[in-house]
Amino acid sequence: MTSIRLVRDDLRPPGPPPRRHLLSVSDLTRDDVERLLGTARTFGVALDREVKKLPTLKGRLVVNLFYESSTRTSSSFELAAKRLSADTLTIKSAGSSVDKGESLKDTAQTLGAYDPDVIVIRHPQIGAPQLVARVTDAHVVNAGDGKHQHPTQALLDLYTIQQEFDRLEGLHVAVVGDVLHSRVARSLLQAFALVGVRCTLVGPPALLPRGLDAETTTDIGVIRDADVVYVLRMQQERMEAGANFVPSLREYAARWGVTPDRLRPGQKVMHPGPMNRGVEIDPRVADSVDALVETQVRSGLVIRMAVLYDVLTGGPVGVRALAAAEVA
Amino acid sequence: MLYIKDRPGEDVVVRGARVLDPVEGIDAVLDVRIDAGTIAAIGERLDTNEHRVVDGTGLVLAPAFVDPHVHLRTPGREDEETIASGTQAAAAGGFCAILAMPNTEPVVDSAATLGALVEAAGRDAEVALGFLAAITRGQRGDELTEMAELADAGAVAFSDDGVPVASAGMMRRALQYSSITGRKLALHCEERSLSHDGHVHEGAVAAELGFTGYPSVAESVMVERDLALAAYEGQPIHLLHLSSVESVAALRRARDAGASASGEVTPHHLVLTDEAVRSLDPNVKMNPPLRAEQDRLALLAALKDGTIECIATDHAPHALHEKDVPFEAAPFGVTGLETAFSILYTRLVQPGLLPLATLLERMSAGPARVFGLDRPRVAVGAAANIVLLDLERKWDVDAHGFRSLSRNSWLLGERLGGAVTMTIAGGAVAFEA
Repeated sequence: MTSIRLVRDDLRPPGPPPRRHLLSVSDLTRDDVERLLGTARTFGVALDREVKKLPTLKGRLVVNLFYESSTRTSSSFELAAKRLSADTLTIKSAGSSVDKGESLKDTAQTLGAYDPDVIVIRHPQIGAPQLVARVTDAHVVNAGDGKHQHPTQALLDLYTIQQEFDRLEGLHVAVVGDVLHSRVARSLLQAFALVGVRCTLVGPPALLPRGLDAETTTDIGVIRDADVVYVLRMQQERMEAGANFVPSLREYAARWGVTPDRLRPGQKVMHPGPMNRGVEIDPRVADSVDALVETQVRSGLVIRMAVLYDVLTGGPVGVRALAAAEVA
Repeated sequence: MLYIKDRPGEDVVVRGARVLDPVEGIDAVLDVRIDAGTIAAIGERLDTNEHRVVDGTGLVLAPAFVDPHVHLRTPGREDEETIASGTQAAAAGGFCAILAMPNTEPVVDSAATLGALVEAAGRDAEVALGFLAAITRGQRGDELTEMAELADAGAVAFSDDGVPVASAGMMRRALQYSSITGRKLALHCEERSLSHDGHVHEGAVAAELGFTGYPSVAESVMVERDLALAAYEGQPIHLLHLSSVESVAALRRARDAGASASGEVTPHHLVLTDEAVRSLDPNVKMNPPLRAEQDRLALLAALKDGTIECIATDHAPHALHEKDVPFEAAPFGVTGLETAFSILYTRLVQPGLLPLATLLERMSAGPARVFGLDRPRVAVGAAANIVLLDLERKWDVDAHGFRSLSRNSWLLGERLGGAVTMTIAGGAVAFEA
């Protein structure tokens, strides 16, 4: 099975265009990332206006299929679709026929019968978005699959960093915490490599995956050298009792918690949320002016607008996107 | 110990095939005459005696294959495979004999369950079929099965395949007690506290894709433990589906030290690496997992030099709906009976990585020797257990072409070289293309 990559218009072969998905950052090129960030900036300008709704995706149907609990990702996809005037349908596994044991394939095909243009899926198992892409005709956007990928999170983080520093190339980000269980870390690592951001992974030995092609260290002291400290959530729900990845959360917090005294003054801090205050992040850090957490949430909205627009249209970039939207 | 449905031996003359039996030391273009299921003459321009004549021009005639490791899902999951469908698939793959694993529902851990299978095999098996019985009741690892009675009832060997015998003490007792039966233990080596929840080999691919790693050392520490216990008790053991360079090294050391230990390797571990998992195709999910290139190369080297004596398909049928799920939710296992020779011929023999004679030996005489079965051979007086191979023919693996009831093959859509055109098992034609 080959996944379909997002390709630039001028590289696309003649004939019907391939169905575009966003399943993994590894499917993206640097050009794709830059185009998506550019489109997001354009939408960002539009959202500063008094009337925030664009007619761009009027008549399109976006289905959000969420098999895991989520506040910010599901709300942000739903709002992104609405801001672009698409119809939305949000299905959460609790209270749906998933509760009755329906398989992912059957649920996807059932929803596929409504001819949705996009299916956004979050699922606890690696490979779920690929299955949905295989069994439906929709464009599929991965909103997180198990420990594998969360591509829109990586894009919104790039967007946030770019807004803050006005550049990406040459910056250094320290990603701290439970890398092993983190789809965010995996997606970020690939995204940083695409745009020339240096990335250092920091965490306890058993939470740094073996064999990962990356700069890794157990020494929390290195975070001081980074432009941005990106704090990962301790994924307690993925850590079975007795696995002993770390002896205790108390010891973890003491050894790897991001506290004010481990940071330089003015050093920027990010977190994908939801935060465990007092575990991976000190509340003083979380509430400081240098924490970009709320900016990340705002970035999430425009990035998801850009992704929906991009998979559906093949995405002329920047100003043209807005122009097209205004004509529509 | 092997059972096949009763049918008359056939009268056949195969004309002008390249007769290739590496153990008998034959490699020549000859006729082979089979009288009532027994090879009666090998030579040039043989009389046909009004037998059925099969034109063997351009084909290879070799001893048919023996697969020591097959899951027939019977009893319990006859929707996935039955004795009839599984042995038809085996015949289509060139096998004249296969051994079925006991991890069924219920587990083959009593003479009653085994007796019913033996009876069914005598009715339905298209090729010779043998059964392994469980080492522990229900394969739960806490009580030995009644091995003596099971051996009397026809068990070829004992295995808890699918799960390891977790306790070293239990393994020791199994080695001690099975000695009275003259049957080997065939061991699934996996230290569950290291492999737990692992779906993919621990390495760069698992790290990048986010899978919990199933490290090589989860296999090799158990291989080392079982080799040590077997040496201490002076008992032979067979190591199932080896996958890692460390396990191969341990087996080689034990054999060099004189241990009676054997090993097997699957076609998928000889051809694929964990890179294949990037597709997230549930049909490349198996236990043990596909490992790194260095592991694959070590397995191939061990197969070539004889450290690993046999190829086993670990044919593991699964219902369509069970594999049509996200990779992480899919069960372990792939089918292999109908593609084993062709994929190994295409990927190993044609590029010059493995001599054809070695492949034929490891798929036939090797596994027969390990399990004490009669070796299929091209020799006057031997029962006709032969396969005809068209090495020039290419064929496409198609989901609808399988005799197996399941189609969870990692080779769907592949074009393979080398086709089985006829299988004669126990003196009768069991498959004809």
